[in-house]
Amino acid sequence: MTTTFLAMEPKTDSPAQVLQPVRAYKQSFKILAKRLLCANTFHITIEAPFIARKIEAGQFIIIRPYVTSERIPLSVCGWDRAMGTIQIIVSAVGRTSTEVNRMEVGDEFKDVVGPLGERSRLPEAAGTCVVIGGGYGTGAIIPTARDMKTIGNKVIGIVGARNRESLIMTEELKSVCDEVKITTNDGSEGKMGFVTDALKEVLSKESINHVLAVGPVPMMKAVSEMTRPSRIETFVSLNAIMVDGTGMCGACRVSVGNEIKFACFHGPDFDGHLVDFENLMKRQKMFVKEEKIAFDALLENPNCMSHGH
Amino acid sequence: MDTDKTILTSAARLRLPHQEMRLCPAEIRITNFNEVPMGYSDEQAHEEALRCLHCKDPLCVGLCPVGVNIPEFIKLIEIGDIAGAAEEIRKANFLPAACGRVCPQDKQCQSACKVGRNHPAVGIGNLERYAADYERAHRKTDTEKKLPATGRRVAIIGSGPAGLTAAHELIMKGHEVIVFEAAHRAGGVMVYGIPRFRLPLEIIDDDIRYLESLGVKFVYNMVIGKILTLDDLMLLEGFDAVMIGTGAGLPKILDIPGSNANGVYSANEYLTRIYLMDANQFPNFSTPVYSGKKVAVIGAGNTAMDVLRTAKRLGSDVTCYYRRSREEAPARTEELKHAEQEFINWRWLSNPVEFIVDDNNFVKQIRCEQMELSSPDESGRRSPVPTGKFFVEDCDTVVMSLGCSVNPIIPSTDAKVQTNKWGVIVVNADTCETSKPGVFAAGDAITGGSTVIQAMGQAKKAAAGIDAFLMEKERSAEKQTEREIR
Repeated sequence: MTTTFLAMEPKTDSPAQVLQPVRAYKQSFKILAKRLLCANTFHITIEAPFIARKIEAGQFIIIRPYVTSERIPLSVCGWDRAMGTIQIIVSAVGRTSTEVNRMEVGDEFKDVVGPLGERSRLPEAAGTCVVIGGGYGTGAIIPTARDMKTIGNKVIGIVGARNRESLIMTEELKSVCDEVKITTNDGSEGKMGFVTDALKEVLSKESINHVLAVGPVPMMKAVSEMTRPSRIETFVSLNAIMVDGTGMCGACRVSVGNEIKFACFHGPDFDGHLVDFENLMKRQKMFVKEEKIAFDALLENPNCMSHGH
Repeated sequence: MDTDKTILTSAARLRLPHQEMRLCPAEIRITNFNEVPMGYSDEQAHEEALRCLHCKDPLCVGLCPVGVNIPEFIKLIEIGDIAGAAEEIRKANFLPAACGRVCPQDKQCQSACKVGRNHPAVGIGNLERYAADYERAHRKTDTEKKLPATGRRVAIIGSGPAGLTAAHELIMKGHEVIVFEAAHRAGGVMVYGIPRFRLPLEIIDDDIRYLESLGVKFVYNMVIGKILTLDDLMLLEGFDAVMIGTGAGLPKILDIPGSNANGVYSANEYLTRIYLMDANQFPNFSTPVYSGKKVAVIGAGNTAMDVLRTAKRLGSDVTCYYRRSREEAPARTEELKHAEQEFINWRWLSNPVEFIVDDNNFVKQIRCEQMELSSPDESGRRSPVPTGKFFVEDCDTVVMSLGCSVNPIIPSTDAKVQTNKWGVIVVNADTCETSKPGVFAAGDAITGGSTVIQAMGQAKKAAAGIDAFLMEKERSAEKQTEREIR
């Protein structure tokens, strides 16, 4: 491991106690470290001292790598308050995430905004919690798992991936969980199957009082359906399309319990039993055509992203 | 100069024709984002200035939210001292180039103009713009007018009309001013909301640079409440006072079937994609906006006009749906007129009841109920009533322009900042101080949605409140020192 994982950082009583007044507010957003986790997916450490001081498990940031880029919301998988750094996991799926992943150590993002959204809800009474991650979500659940453990819960982690090669962050997750179950679609690592298979097994053996699932929408939906009959408190982190991320534009609206909520302000975590996942999945596809055009433009002209200042 | 005209009688002034500002022809302007009104020529400005009667008791000034001395600046234009006119406006208004363009003059100063009783009112807004544009081309930094440094620090949250105005007022008083902006560029609604064809970006950027030259510092990507709380600012970062100018928040979304369909935007999202993120230059800029063949815009306020005209410039066939009639449309008369020239379709008395979607959740039609107006109630207002008749029209994009609530981030992160039941921050009417001592607020944060000029008027009040608060702090600190010395 080349980087510190904030997941292992001891939790401070109050962020205010560690804050020291700083009179210069310029943040450079420089990439301090970058490592490949699996195909097209990088773990990136960014210098962002103000965000690092305040961020809590479950909150997110928005990155605009270049002047010409989109503002994309990203989960934060760790931070180091003393070093003033935050850590993200980025899978290149579209133009802007590709731009992020093509940047190198020493490069600076044009803009990083955060921390945004509310911190993850924690169970009120100590018991056994399950955290479930798929893809980038495996990183995103680590800070919350650490918090759960700090306040006295037993924490079971469940990780799902297509195969052994696409499993990420499992060691880091293990360091903050009492046990971690791994599932792969092809059985190349852990048990063959899906995270819901592992969850089913856990539910049959233990009494669970809180579940957090972060990852692809179909996975979060399946987890919520599985915990619904037994009414286990289940939260999911919604990766809706966003623009400003400060509650101004309404792009990220989601239907929760038949009410319109804004993922950037009310979320990103919501009660999985109340979320309209179908609508979320459809809304995520709002710009599929445009995303392809933007991505093709990047492939045709790899330098187009560095326009502007 | 025509000396005869400088001694014109009122009767002669009233006979002079009103000077219309030249507009870019509608067929051309809908193909670009360039400014539509092209400004007064020097001759036009002089002719229009001559129409002012210089009333002894100028009603126009009383209706200006920032109290610009209108007859005085118009007189200066009349005698050819344009720089002097601009300076006169600036005494009261920090953003004259913006206000000359976007103020609802027909509801404020010009509505009270005595000339306007039987003739077109004096073009006060046009003249303001003329003087401000002249000044922009010739401006020098007037740091010499700044009062000596007080050593007090003020944090301003948000760089929209309220924030910029307060920043200007406070830096001139000698305070240190830092503006915290959540977005990546300054200007607030003047950048992300008001279209370039109404307010070119250069004008705002110029005002920001001017503030910077006076010593105001701007910090971007700072969502106050999250990255630093109000307490952090005041207890740790050493700010003596804070002004909240955070503006609009969660947009109002119609609670009807299909509101969450793909292709359904809030006006804020639609305009932000285009004006903050440059989606009209997609794919060179990678933020997309789907502006379809047929765009339906809901609402008839100023923002709705901005959306209608923006969508038109993206090449769409655009229709406005409003549940009342044209007479009740809240938009500024000029905006409505300009939109009407730009080949927009109008569906007055049409209340959307459903957005019909295809199998992939993309909007394909809008269903409306035909409304009619009731007889006037006691207040004289006619309200729309359903008729039971419905109609359906095709559309592949919907933009809801129904207003916003106040941005909730700061009140939600500091319980001492009280809000009313609509989330509007409650302030002292005289000082604009919130329920948290040392924290002031202005703009949409305390009104729930208003105009650039209203926000500026409140910001001036808040700045005066802050200055008084800081000076009081100074005096009590001095007394304290005196006591200690004794």
